[in-house]
Amino acid sequence: MSLNYDQVIEKYEPTLGLEVHVELNTKSKMFCSCATEFGASPNTQTCPVCLGLPGALPVVNKRAIESTILIGLALNCSIAPYSRFARKNYFYPDMPKNFQTSQYDEPICVNGFLDVQIQTDEGEKTFKIEIERVHMEEDTGKSLHVGGSTGRIHGAQYSLLDYNRAGIPLVEIVTKVVPNTGKYAPQVARAYVAALRDILRGLKVSDVKMEQGSLRCDVNLSLAQINSGKLGTRSETKNVNSLRSVERAVIGEVIRQANRLEDGERIIQETRHFLEESGQTRPGRSKEKAEDYRYFPEPDLVPVVPDAKWIEELKKTLPEKPADRRKRLQSTWSVPDKEMAAMVNAELLDTVEETVLLGADPTKARSWWLGEISRIANDRSVAATELISVKDVAQVIELITKGELTDKLARQVVEGVIAGEGSPADVITKRGLKVVSDDSQLMKAILDAVTAQADTAQRVREGNIPAAGALIGAVMKATGGQADAAKVRELLLKHLGQ
Amino acid sequence: MSVRDNASVMAAALNKKEISAVELTNQHYEQIAAVDKDVHAFLYLDKEGALAQAEAVDKKRAAGEKLSPLAGVPLALKDVMTQKGIPTTCGSKILEGWRPPYDSTVVTKLKNAGVIILGKTNMDEFAMGSSTENSAYGPTHNPWDLTRIPGGSGGGSSAALAAFEAPLAIGTDTGGSIRQPAAVTGTVGVKPTYGGVSRYGLVAFSSSLDQAGPCARTVLDTALLHQAIAGYDNKDSTSINQAVPDVVAAAKKLDVKGMKIGVVKQLAGDGYQKGVEDKFNEAVAELVKLGAEIVEVSCPNFEYALAAYYLIAPSECSSNLARFDSMRFGLRVGDDGVKSAEEVMNLTRQAGFGREVKRRIILGTYALSSGYYDAYYGSAQKVRTLIKQDFDAAFTKCDVLVSPTAPTTAFKIGEKSNDPLAMYLNDIATIPVNMAGIGGMSLPCGLAAEDNLPVGFQIMSPAMKDDRMYLVGGALEAALLSKWGKPILDFAPKLAGSK
Amino acid sequence: MAAISRDEVANLARLARITMSDDELDHLAGEMDVILGAVARVQEVASADVAPTSHPLAVNNVTREDVVLPSLTPSEALSGAPATDEGRFKVPQILGEE
Repeated sequence: MSLNYDQVIEKYEPTLGLEVHVELNTKSKMFCSCATEFGASPNTQTCPVCLGLPGALPVVNKRAIESTILIGLALNCSIAPYSRFARKNYFYPDMPKNFQTSQYDEPICVNGFLDVQIQTDEGEKTFKIEIERVHMEEDTGKSLHVGGSTGRIHGAQYSLLDYNRAGIPLVEIVTKVVPNTGKYAPQVARAYVAALRDILRGLKVSDVKMEQGSLRCDVNLSLAQINSGKLGTRSETKNVNSLRSVERAVIGEVIRQANRLEDGERIIQETRHFLEESGQTRPGRSKEKAEDYRYFPEPDLVPVVPDAKWIEELKKTLPEKPADRRKRLQSTWSVPDKEMAAMVNAELLDTVEETVLLGADPTKARSWWLGEISRIANDRSVAATELISVKDVAQVIELITKGELTDKLARQVVEGVIAGEGSPADVITKRGLKVVSDDSQLMKAILDAVTAQADTAQRVREGNIPAAGALIGAVMKATGGQADAAKVRELLLKHLGQ
Repeated sequence: MSVRDNASVMAAALNKKEISAVELTNQHYEQIAAVDKDVHAFLYLDKEGALAQAEAVDKKRAAGEKLSPLAGVPLALKDVMTQKGIPTTCGSKILEGWRPPYDSTVVTKLKNAGVIILGKTNMDEFAMGSSTENSAYGPTHNPWDLTRIPGGSGGGSSAALAAFEAPLAIGTDTGGSIRQPAAVTGTVGVKPTYGGVSRYGLVAFSSSLDQAGPCARTVLDTALLHQAIAGYDNKDSTSINQAVPDVVAAAKKLDVKGMKIGVVKQLAGDGYQKGVEDKFNEAVAELVKLGAEIVEVSCPNFEYALAAYYLIAPSECSSNLARFDSMRFGLRVGDDGVKSAEEVMNLTRQAGFGREVKRRIILGTYALSSGYYDAYYGSAQKVRTLIKQDFDAAFTKCDVLVSPTAPTTAFKIGEKSNDPLAMYLNDIATIPVNMAGIGGMSLPCGLAAEDNLPVGFQIMSPAMKDDRMYLVGGALEAALLSKWGKPILDFAPKLAGSK
Repeated sequence: MAAISRDEVANLARLARITMSDDELDHLAGEMDVILGAVARVQEVASADVAPTSHPLAVNNVTREDVVLPSLTPSEALSGAPATDEGRFKVPQILGEE
């Protein structure tokens, strides 16, 4: 009988470690001046350096150092006064030199932290994730495998290599061991990667697209019996390509390891591969013996000694931390916690802010984006921002605020814009949706109603205000719903001496 | 005008239009055709390219364009430097037929200077050796005695000079591979200060020690070539970003009065052939006659230099040579459609690398292994610091240091090839220079009494002060020439068919 | 210093991706012993207070601006390849990875 997650968590304590690789968005590669465009034809962005041809030498990209320092600063790291590149030696066809120029015992950033918030049974909780190091290295080429692996297809099997990606700058961010997450390990892992992604996006150092591989996550997990005081053997899971996969990979590994331990089996320290379809992991390349990387300082490159003044200047350019920004916006807009969380989870915070920056009232902006527009978006399984632009939403809200549209009319305008009928102004014109705001027009309708319902009007004159409802209703009907009900009420009551 | 002239004499003649670059180039190919079947200095001759370059130079000269001092002068290029479209083998089977898609910076500079690259010269495989016996293409023979080694790893370049197949040559020096061949062939060779000449396109053996350098038959010729190839290169992160010292002026100065010449105590005695030491001491006496002052210096950590070198160089080479795996270029063995990439790599490297290279790769892999790093590679890097300290201390007391370049004259082909340690000892005097990254020159100082074979005199100058080697070397050379009455190569037996 | 075994040399050869015969491994093991015996003396002077030198030049911060320059053409890049297929380097099957 195998345990499920909840059962496992009652007995075992997970310990997490996360390694994230970020592909920087520099124009040229880490050690040469080849372009870094995504999707170029194979081997059109290579040179003797990134192909590892005999005699070629590396020269460090200054912007890559800058980006790495920015990442370190944003993660509250110390920037090493002296750091060096090292060679990590191993053979693999996608690595032209058969060593990776990376950093070993002298990384450029060390000892940082990142606070992540998750929702728990007891409300919002903050976990402080300690960062061990942030360092620079280079990406590998891409291999395509040709030929059947099922045994059914006979014929030569071979691999095809494209080195366009080889040498693109990578930054590796390694956490220290993350203990005490308990049953929230999956959410903490996910929240960490999400928070990291937000920071990197804000720094504009990478396009951080997990689906495209510019943000990659390896999940390390070990289990130990609760209160055993020991750490278990950890596994490393690769091929985790989305936030959801991060969460599922943790769950999958927790369950797998626990069930093995329950069966009396030991956990093998190994690299595993995450399987999207099942949420489980399978063993990676089986290696008979451990690889010895034989690190030594890279003799073709000189040390990186960042100038203290330069670091101070970079610090000044750091954008507001996402968490701080959220707190600020929440406070400025007076948004309750739950609704703030909803906005963040729906990934509409930026959109709402943009709408507000165009002059819209924050509460209205929020309620439109998360209400009507999200509803339609979810129905159609698209992103809210694909349906309608921030500009259009801001315009609609402005018209509501000016009294030219009621909420009801505005809904029709939004529908019309989404349906592709044009801008809000276009839709209003085409559908004739403008609020009747001309007082004289309204007065005419009011007078008609008062005449038609003289008794009711008299009751209102005598102080029975609620009775006005019937008259207002009549006016609304007469104006096809395009009168502003509040305005009608105001004029009506005034007319009737109230 | 003959192939036996010096490069500067040839340059003058070219300048005065007494001879064309095409004629001069053809003369050299004739000499090569006459003697290289015996010497085997060259692995490849680029007649088409050389003559095209010569024609271009002649045309420019006729049009009155201003040309570099060495424009039209032929040169032999050690086969470890990439030259676009020209086979570059590094003396190895694993690169047989490989034509690089790019020029090394040294080649670019030579082409821009109008120098005529005749072809690629033989070398110990991947620059590992002291005799050129480790070449996968057969050894080069010393023009002084064809049964003897021409030194290594750059034996092809120095033999080409000594056999008058070229007046200029490029070598590379990691532990003495320019200087030791110069010593045993009676020619001049310089390892510039580390970083003085770009390593871009120099197929790496030991990155923190490798340096390309000029070779010729005279100190002045060497200086002219040095000027042409040295200088900052932004494609080499270890390149010195400062002006090249005026080595040509230094070579011409011929005045060492008042200079302090340090004789290194540790680079003498046991292991040094008597005839070598005698010629060395006589040369030192000449310097005294010229007004220099001799200072005895002790560099105790030099005793550890050889050991440290044979840890650092193999370690770096084990990593540098990893790229030779058949995937992107070079030899591929065993690809039958069934074997895996890893198996093909294994078979290719086994077939493509020679014994010495494999030996050093294994040694280097060991020295970098976890558990052994501190004891071996890590310790060797510390010895480097100590050697540099010894040099720094010595240079507070003298302007240059001197020693015999090599402990013996040219030995017989096959004599030491089965004893790695004995072979390694050939570099005992040259290695400290590479470990500290300073400059070193070898020039001929006579023939050893025992065997009438050339002896080399090593001059070592502080980092970035390469002009000092040329100053002392130039002066010594002039004094010795005066003493001998003719250049040392005129004492060599004439090769069959040679000019 | 313990003699280096054939197994150790075999492991080194595996790390260095060189197939060697048993004879060659034995021979190398013997040579390694001799050479390591000779070079081990570096430990005599490599005390803790001596800093290691990785670079002869005491220079730091050599970098280049983030500017794109022309690459090799694909045919130049592939020019030395033992085998190619549609603009890519063709290599024997790489085992074990997805």
